[in-house]
Amino acid sequence: MDNLGLAAPEMFLLCAICLILVGDLFVTDDRKPLTYGLSQVALIVTLILTWWVSPEDGAVTAFSGSFIMDQMSVVCKSWILIVSIGVFLYSRDFVNSHRITNGEYYTLALSGVLGMMIMVSSSTMLTLYLGLELLSLSLYAMVALKRKDEKSSEAAMKYFVLGALASGALLYGISMIYGATGSLHFDAIAASLSDGGHGSTTAVFGLAFLVVGIAFKFGAAPFHMWVPDVYEGAPTSVALYISAAPKIAAFALAIRFLIDGLETAHTSWQGMLILLSLLSIVIGNLLALAQVSIKRMLAYSTISHVGFIFLGILAGSQQGYSAAMFYAITYSFTSLGAFGVILAMDRMGVEVTLLTDLRGLFRRSPVYAVVMMLLLVSMTGVPPTVGFYAKLAVLSAAVKADLVWLAVIAVIFSVVGAFYYLRVIKYMFFDEPVESQPVLAPMDVQLGLTINGAAIVFFGIFPGLIMAACAAAFGL
Amino acid sequence: MPILSLIIWLTILGGLLTLFVGDQRCRMTALVISIIAFVLSLGLYMGFDNSTAAMQFVENVAWLPSFGINYSLGVDGISAPLIILTTFINVIVVISAWEVIKDRPAMYLASFLIMTGFMVGVFAATDAILFYIFFEATLIPMFLIIGIWGGPRRVYATIKFFLYTFLGSVFMLIALIYMGSQADSFAIQALHDMALSSKAQTLIFFAFFAAFAVKIPMWPVHTWLPDAHVEAPTAGSAVLAAIMLKMGGYGFMRFSLPVVPDASQQLAWLVILFSLIAVVYIGFVALAQADMKKLIAYSSISHMGFVTLGMFVIFGIIANSADGVQSGHAVMALEGAMVQMISHGFISAAMFLCVGVLYDRVHSREIADYGGVVNTMPLFAAFIVFFAMANAGLPGTSGFVGEFMVILATFKANFWFAFLAASTLILGAAYTLWMVKRVIFGDIANDNVAALTDINKREKIMLGLLAAMVLFFGLWPQPMVDMMHATIENLVVQVTTSKL
Repeated sequence: MDNLGLAAPEMFLLCAICLILVGDLFVTDDRKPLTYGLSQVALIVTLILTWWVSPEDGAVTAFSGSFIMDQMSVVCKSWILIVSIGVFLYSRDFVNSHRITNGEYYTLALSGVLGMMIMVSSSTMLTLYLGLELLSLSLYAMVALKRKDEKSSEAAMKYFVLGALASGALLYGISMIYGATGSLHFDAIAASLSDGGHGSTTAVFGLAFLVVGIAFKFGAAPFHMWVPDVYEGAPTSVALYISAAPKIAAFALAIRFLIDGLETAHTSWQGMLILLSLLSIVIGNLLALAQVSIKRMLAYSTISHVGFIFLGILAGSQQGYSAAMFYAITYSFTSLGAFGVILAMDRMGVEVTLLTDLRGLFRRSPVYAVVMMLLLVSMTGVPPTVGFYAKLAVLSAAVKADLVWLAVIAVIFSVVGAFYYLRVIKYMFFDEPVESQPVLAPMDVQLGLTINGAAIVFFGIFPGLIMAACAAAFGL
Repeated sequence: MPILSLIIWLTILGGLLTLFVGDQRCRMTALVISIIAFVLSLGLYMGFDNSTAAMQFVENVAWLPSFGINYSLGVDGISAPLIILTTFINVIVVISAWEVIKDRPAMYLASFLIMTGFMVGVFAATDAILFYIFFEATLIPMFLIIGIWGGPRRVYATIKFFLYTFLGSVFMLIALIYMGSQADSFAIQALHDMALSSKAQTLIFFAFFAAFAVKIPMWPVHTWLPDAHVEAPTAGSAVLAAIMLKMGGYGFMRFSLPVVPDASQQLAWLVILFSLIAVVYIGFVALAQADMKKLIAYSSISHMGFVTLGMFVIFGIIANSADGVQSGHAVMALEGAMVQMISHGFISAAMFLCVGVLYDRVHSREIADYGGVVNTMPLFAAFIVFFAMANAGLPGTSGFVGEFMVILATFKANFWFAFLAASTLILGAAYTLWMVKRVIFGDIANDNVAALTDINKREKIMLGLLAAMVLFFGLWPQPMVDMMHATIENLVVQVTTSKL
């Protein structure tokens, strides 16, 4: 069934990007908020359209079966859009005060969102690659947005070179899988592999390259080298963008390749993911301990959380996939809030870079301090915050897959992780402030952050709301 | 009426309310809420059926159906007394903070109220994951209480406290998830009923042990406690000693003993060994302390040694009785452990509050900075001497009842265990009374002591209430023992039924 309407959200977003890009050229500098406003409207309309076209249940395809709309894509797209709305809200003032050109920031970010939506909805390997590259190219350019800043350019260069390498690996893997199965469609690949078994050496080889590509895009150890540099070098608003929604997209990337296409080769990729997950959890948590820069610390903490997401995927059960999805979604809005607080503290172009800059935040602005504390507690995985259920879900998937040892190592390192999160809480609550003026943020940002912090607790008390959606996405 | 949910959510939401009414009106708000919570918890006593071991006041709502996790609450004979203790101590805590805490009192009281809600939840949860959630959730308010209102080394103490207990409990989480996935239910009753292999039991035993031994705390994982106690504000120490430690003891009774009875039996020697070391060695350590709070902290560890001894010595008692005639002694050992927990809740809270009374006036906890306090604070001296006697286990106080029951029962297991345990009667008296002698009696040591004023009305009420409880349960422990008797008899049956 050719059903173009199914891609209406993507098509609308594309048109909106073009309009905003052109329109921005005609907007004078004193009316720049217009670009921001239009971008937000574009996201909101896309969100409504996504719900509009979403099928009641089951999956519907378009474009000769290369575009799919199933329950998973609805949930993932919704959260990508919701998180992106938050990203734009939090980064607005930063973008203005740091003289980052408005038009470019928002249009690039929007095209990144478009790329993520295409990734999520792809049902052939090429569509997936297309979406991924659209996202990646936008990200490379966004990291370099502060053109005159050396660190920013260096980070962009590193990211681009390594990212191109990973894309190459991914393409190489795709070509091998295509060679082994004769198709680019995930369902055809799955059918071909289950017919002929998964013994084909070529397919397994291709799989290895795919996993490398996925691990790179996720930022899993040992393919994590770019993450801390990019987080540190990129403007904070861009680091916020990278840390939030792309995690959901990367999750979809992994699910489309590994589950939709290659689930029969589960035994082959499980071992690879165990290694990636283990290394990410260990390296992420240990190296985060040693950081003094808040962005680098959050970067390493992201790496460790990616390890937990992999823990859910590698369990190889529907329950595990939905757990990983829950983890990716909750992590993205936790990370969103954490960077949001850092951005809100950034005033008059003075960036918050060191952990010690958070000193005494509680005395200066108790609300932000409490929000940040809730976010950090959630990252630690202590109830009653949503982060606990994310960990509970992936751990129970791993335990059910007879990987108790892996779960034990994961929780031990999450205790290591607790230390550096607590250290931030310590700076905020127990230390005296270095400056006394309160953090001033506009009302809408304050409201956004308060909702963000409240959501951490609200979904900590009623986690079933998101969990049910994640379970439904995998037919549970 | 869902009385348990009411207590839990009244205190948690009341805590938030206290936060929002501001520093001026927070005290009255907190007091009213804590008293309502206490009165509600008395409803548990009124409506409690002593004749059954089954859960009472049961509430059950499906909460996370995809994981089989329910919001299910209920109390039996071992949890109901602990809940009443918790809400009672909460009232005392609010009174104790009245004019003492000047820095952000609203947030201080809110932390305590919210924490009380969580602690009641720990004792009331009948779903293992719900239990874990409440168990862990108590860490955050306590972390803030020690870190914000604590002493000079508060940061070290509070991070140590958090990491120690967090590390212990994550192992329990894995064990719970494992059993939950095997039993297809997280109801604690289902965990009690499921069969487990010997190997699984041993691993699960150690997972529980990691969580509860750190919490209670047992030697050699006790080192966080003296630090946390010394640095915590007075009320923080009181809650830590009176209730948080009991969460460990409660965990042993609710999880370790009935869920893995065979492993508990095999490894009872280990727990007994650690308990006796705690009683004797930590008793000597307490003797050497120069800081009053540290001394009481070590005394807590030593007293908790009695609790764990009473719980695990039952295997020896049962083994020594050929036909199970003496299971009455096993019941007595467990009841002794429970009575000891409740009584220690009153006494340790009182001792910490007494130190707090002195600290508020002189700003020192060093024993050497005091002497002759009786001359300037005669009424206070009467109170602290009374509590010290109770701490040393004087007959007529609640401190005596629990220790005596445990020692008596332990004789049925092994003479030398009982002998070593009984040494606490001497050691406990030595460290407590020696401290009292140096602080209270003698000539006035310095100008600070000479300038002391006796306790005011608020402090009289606070210490008077605790003294009344200590005396009441010392003279007439029967109501408390009656309440737990059926449950503990059932527990002994569970423990003696092999799950292999």
